[in-house]
Amino acid sequence: MYEVGTQLPERVFRVTRADLVRYAGASGDFNPIHWSDRVAAEVGLPSVIAHGMLTMALAARAVTDWVGDPGALVAYTAKFTRPVPVPDDENGAELGVSAVVKKVDGDLVTVDLSVVAEGEKVLGAARATLRTR
Amino acid sequence: MPLDQTQIGRTYPPTAPYEVGREKIREFAEAIGDPNPAYRDPDVARKFGHPDVIAPPTFPILLTLDASGVALAALGVELRNVLHREQKFEYSRPVVAGDTLVCVVVVEGIRTVAGNDILTTRTDVTDGSGELVVAVWSTLVVREEA
Repeated sequence: MYEVGTQLPERVFRVTRADLVRYAGASGDFNPIHWSDRVAAEVGLPSVIAHGMLTMALAARAVTDWVGDPGALVAYTAKFTRPVPVPDDENGAELGVSAVVKKVDGDLVTVDLSVVAEGEKVLGAARATLRTR
Repeated sequence: MPLDQTQIGRTYPPTAPYEVGREKIREFAEAIGDPNPAYRDPDVARKFGHPDVIAPPTFPILLTLDASGVALAALGVELRNVLHREQKFEYSRPVVAGDTLVCVVVVEGIRTVAGNDILTTRTDVTDGSGELVVAVWSTLVVREEA
């Protein structure tokens, strides 16, 4: 079942300003760069950007929806290589998540994740390791 | 002003215990838009071999962000000047509803890249019996105040 090269089902997620507010409240991450265009501009960002941890949470779905039990994860890592600007409109930002099985080592399966927004990769070295038994 | 390198290796005292509740897990799962029943239905979680509903993989950030606030304050870092650069979780097991979790934060590294400080913290999250649940590394870019 777990074979190197297996492509996991691709996922598309949409993130709006309302999602950022909800995530800020639930996670306790109230950094104003995720809700204030004024502060975002003051620190040199194009606009309010998505929480990296929200992007990482969405990316994990490609793996956890595939295995069913999210508790199978033994490691999860990512670099936030590009900010994800979230426009103040109904559509927000679109994130495309793809994933491929990179390594199978006994009962450990390593999956490489790719997350793209506006044609650019926003995560680097994103990788999840699962225990399959 | 660059961050104080003498803070490297500093370990902060354990945080006050955090009780993980089913409803907090559900709220977090809603906020990330994840309908997985293992976050909501104890029977589903038990079928997977967990004692109660489990938390999503990124849930520990809620504790570690709060815990590392002490380190950021000690370094004089303001949240608005912080960008998340890198994140790593190594799980011994998933966080489960009913857990009482304590965090210990260590400043693992401070270095300067292109005029910005890069700060790495490691937070060990342990349960009520002192067992490690998850080790969490966060690397932040701290923008120099203009």
